[in-house]
Amino acid sequence: MVTITLELNGERKEVAFEPHKTLLEVLREDLGLTGTKHGCELGECGTCTVLLNGTPVLSCLALGLACDGHSVRTVEGMAQQGRLHPLQETFADLGAAQCGYCTPAFLLAAEALLAANPKPTRDEIKDALAGNLCRCTGYIKIYEAVELAAERMRA
Amino acid sequence: MTQHKVIGKALRKVDAVAKVTGATRFADDLAFPRMLYCKLLRSTEPHAKIVSIDTTSARQLDGVQAVLTGKDLPIPFGILPVSQDEHALCPDKVRFIGDPVAAVAATTEETATAALDLIKVAYEPIKSFDSAEEAVAHPEPRIHDYGDSGNLHKLINLEFGDAAAAIAEADLVREDLFFFEGSTHLPMEQHAAVAQWSPDGKLTLWTSTQTPHYVHRALAKVLELPAARIRVIATPNGGGFGGKSDPFSHEIVVAKLAMLTGRPVKITLTREEVFYCHRGRHPTLMWVKTGVKRDGAITGMHFRSLLDGGAYGSYGVASTYYTGALQTVTYNVPCYHFQGARAFTNKAPCGPKRGHGTPQPRFALEVHLDKIAEQLKIDPAEMRLKTLVPPNSLTANYLRVGSMGLGKCITKVVDGSEWKKKFRKLPEGRGVGLACSSYISGAGLPIYWNNMPHSGVQLKCDRSGGVTVFCGSTEIGQGSDSILAYIVAEILGIDPFDIAVVTADTDLTPVDLGSYSSRVTLMSGNAALQAAERARQILSVHAAKKLEVPAERLTFAGGRVFDAKDKKRGLLFAEAVQLAEAAEGTIGTVGSYTPPQSAGKYRGAGVGPSPAYSYSACVAEVDVDPETGIVRVPTIWIAHDVGQSINSMSVIGQVEGSIYMGLGEALMEEMTYRGDRKVVHKIPSLLEYKSPTTLEMCDVITYLVEDPDPNGPFGAKEVGQGPLLPVMPAVANAVYDAVGVRIDEVPITPEKVLKALRGKGKGEEGRVGPKRFPDIPWPEPTRVPTPWEGGDGKAAERVHA
Repeated sequence: MVTITLELNGERKEVAFEPHKTLLEVLREDLGLTGTKHGCELGECGTCTVLLNGTPVLSCLALGLACDGHSVRTVEGMAQQGRLHPLQETFADLGAAQCGYCTPAFLLAAEALLAANPKPTRDEIKDALAGNLCRCTGYIKIYEAVELAAERMRA
Repeated sequence: MTQHKVIGKALRKVDAVAKVTGATRFADDLAFPRMLYCKLLRSTEPHAKIVSIDTTSARQLDGVQAVLTGKDLPIPFGILPVSQDEHALCPDKVRFIGDPVAAVAATTEETATAALDLIKVAYEPIKSFDSAEEAVAHPEPRIHDYGDSGNLHKLINLEFGDAAAAIAEADLVREDLFFFEGSTHLPMEQHAAVAQWSPDGKLTLWTSTQTPHYVHRALAKVLELPAARIRVIATPNGGGFGGKSDPFSHEIVVAKLAMLTGRPVKITLTREEVFYCHRGRHPTLMWVKTGVKRDGAITGMHFRSLLDGGAYGSYGVASTYYTGALQTVTYNVPCYHFQGARAFTNKAPCGPKRGHGTPQPRFALEVHLDKIAEQLKIDPAEMRLKTLVPPNSLTANYLRVGSMGLGKCITKVVDGSEWKKKFRKLPEGRGVGLACSSYISGAGLPIYWNNMPHSGVQLKCDRSGGVTVFCGSTEIGQGSDSILAYIVAEILGIDPFDIAVVTADTDLTPVDLGSYSSRVTLMSGNAALQAAERARQILSVHAAKKLEVPAERLTFAGGRVFDAKDKKRGLLFAEAVQLAEAAEGTIGTVGSYTPPQSAGKYRGAGVGPSPAYSYSACVAEVDVDPETGIVRVPTIWIAHDVGQSINSMSVIGQVEGSIYMGLGEALMEEMTYRGDRKVVHKIPSLLEYKSPTTLEMCDVITYLVEDPDPNGPFGAKEVGQGPLLPVMPAVANAVYDAVGVRIDEVPITPEKVLKALRGKGKGEEGRVGPKRFPDIPWPEPTRVPTPWEGGDGKAAERVHA
C-alpha cells in the first residue's frame, strides 16, 4: 500500500491504496467517490474526466501515485452548501443529461473551459468537449447548457 | 381544448439533479462488504468444439473462491421462447470469439483476471462462417442444431394479395439491392451486475438491464429457483439503445457464484466485452422491386431481406419480421410480398438496436423511392405526399394505423430546409436528400403470449399530500421515471416533484415488460393515467362531500381540489387525501395497460402491430469533398409526429439523440470482422469503432408535429427510435444530389464515395452497393388476402394440387 495526500474538492485528504491503481480507481474504490464514471479505462471516451490542478485529465490514465500533493476536483465537489453549480443547474434545466453517465465528465470539462474562457463560441465549446463521448443527447443540449451557464456566470 | 399544467411543458426530469451531481447509482457504483469480483473467460475460437476445460490451477490460486464452467449451468435460455439457444457458459461448443466458457469469483478483480490465465481450454476448430452469404452457401456444418434450414435460423414468406400481378400492372418497375452494415449500441456504461444470496434462499440481482422482467424469468429458469424468491432490480442504465434488453450470461453467472459462495458477487464488463455482448444492428442485404404508376402511386412491392444474425437467436426472429413489417404504414402499398431470412454466423450475436430491424429496410425503401422519383421526374417530396397511408386505416398486412402526421412532417422539413430552392440546384459537391419513416409505440403483443397487461402501476396517496408511483418500467435515460410523475401530477393537480417514483424492482413494482420497442410512454403512461384517474375519483367523492359541490365540478390543480365555478371553495390536495383516508382507510389504486387486439391473424402477424405509429420526415444537407470522399453533414431538418409531447424538452432531446445515432450509422459506425483468418472483431474499442464526436455532429432543426393519437396517454406516441430511421437514407440521397453517385450501403465511408466517383469518371455506373441476392430455399408463401380483397386477417387455406 502507498499513501498520498490530495487537495480533493477543496479538502486535504490522505488516502492509502495499492500502488498500481489509477486515479479513477482510487477515487471510486478507495475514496468512495463514484460520481466519476468510466467507459473504457483506456483513455478513449472521456467519461472519467476529472480536474487535476484545474485541467481536465482522464483519470483512467493518471496513476494515483502521480497525483500526490495535487488538487483534484470531481463532480461531488461542484455543488456547494447544497446549491448546484450554475453548470449543474443548466444541465438539469435544459435536458443536457439523459442517462447521466457521461454527465460528470462533461460538467468538469465545461467548468475548465469556462474558467479559461468565460464567453466561448459554439465552436470553442465543441473543441473543448471533443474528447468526451455522449451517446444520448447528440451534444446539442450540452452546448446550450454550457452557453446558458456561461451567460449566468458572467452576470 | 384542455389546458395542461404539466403535460407538454419543458420541465426538469425528476432524476435530473441526481444525474448532474453524480449521485445516481449505476450498477458498477454498488459495493458490498465481502464482495467478490467475477471475470469471464471467453472463447478465442470463432467456432469450435470444447474438448476439455482444466480449471485445477485456477481453483488453487490464492483468493479464488469459485470457478464455473458450462456443466454448472446446463439449462439453456434466450429472450424469445422460440430461441432458447444460449448457455450462461458454453457447455460443449463455442460459436464466436467472445462466447463465455468459464467464470471465476475472487477476492479482487486482479486475482480473478489472473485466474482466467490459468484455465486451460482445448478446442477442436469447426469451419466458421463470417457472413450471411457464406452461411446460406454452406448448410453444413451447422452452427446450431435447430433452425429452419441448414444455417438459416428463420425463413419467412408472406404474401398479401398478388404482388407479382400488381407489379406487372405498373408503368414503371424498378429493382434495387442494398446493404446495411451492422453497428452496435455503444452505451457509455459498460454492463454490470451484482448478485447477493441470502441463506433463506433469496436471490437479489442489481443489473444494468432494460428488461428486468425477462432477466427475472431467465434466472428462475436457469438457476431452478422459484421466481418468487428472486428479486431483480434494474439500476438506472447508462444508456441502453436495445443493447441491454436480453438476459445475459454475466447476470446468470454472478447469481450462481453468489449462491455457491454465499457472498455478494459483482461483474463489470470491459469495453471489449461489451462489443461481444453486442445484440446490435443486423447486417442486412436487401432486394426490393416496386411497381409504380406515372404519378408515383405504388401498385405492388416485393421485398427480400437476408439478415446476418451472428451466433445466437436473441430477438432475431422478431428482427427478421421487422425487416418486412413497416414498409406498409407510410405509403400506400396495396399488394405486398415479403421474404425474410436470418442466418447464423460465427460473430457476436445481433439483436435489437434502436429501430429494431426497421432502419435497414427503411434505408432501402427510401433510397429506392428517391431513384423512382428521379426516373418519373417527380419531386421526391411531392411523390411521397401523394401516396401517404390515410389515418385510421388498415394496411395490406393488417396493421392498424391511427393518427398519421407524416404529411405535415414532410411539409415542415420541405419548408424549413428550403428544399425546393436546393434540390438538384445546389453547386456540385453540395446536396440535399429527403427520407421519411415510421415506428411503433410498443409492440401489440408481448414476447410471451398471454392475456395479462403489458404494464402495471400502483399508486399510493399519503396523508402528507405526497404520492408514490410504483411501476416496473426501467429508466435508461429516456425519461421514463419522469413520464410517470408528469402524468400522475397532471391528473391529480400536484407538483411532479412531490411525487416519489419507484421503478424496475420485481419485489416492489408491478410488471412492465421493459424499456424496448418504444413502448414505455404509451403503455406505462396509460397505466399511470388509469391509476391516477382512479385515485382522483376516490378523492373527489370525499372532497365533494366536504365542499358540498358536485364531484364532477371539482378541479384538481395547483395542489388544491376546488369548485371549477368558485375557485375559493376548495381544499388542499393533502386535505382531500386525509378526508378519503379517514373514510376509507389507506388510499391506493392500480392501473394497467393492454394494447388493443391486432387485426392480423396469420402466422407472423405478431410483429408489426402497435397501438400507435409515430412518423418522421427528414432533410439532410451534405458537403461531399470529391478529392477525399469525405461527407460532411452541416444540418439536418427533422419533423416528428409524436402525437402529443409529455415533456417537449425531452421529446426534442430524443429527436436530437436519434439524429446523432443515425448520423453515426450513416457515415462511420460498423461492426467489422476479419474474415480472412479467424472471425475476429476488428475494432472492439471506443477509439477504433468510430462514433460521432462534437466535431462530426450536425446542427439539428426539429419540428414537433402533434397529432394526438386516441391510444396514447394524452395522445402521446413514441419518439425514442423513429427519428433515427430517416437519417441514413436522407444522407445517402443527399450524397447523390451532391455528386451524382449512389452509395447503396451504409456506412457511407470516404472509400466508397471515392470508388463510386472514380467509377463514374471512367464512364461506369457511379454506384457502390451489393450486386446480387443469393438463392434462398424459401418456404411456400403464406397467402393472406388483403382487406380490400375481403380478407379477414387470416391466411388463405393452402390449396393442395
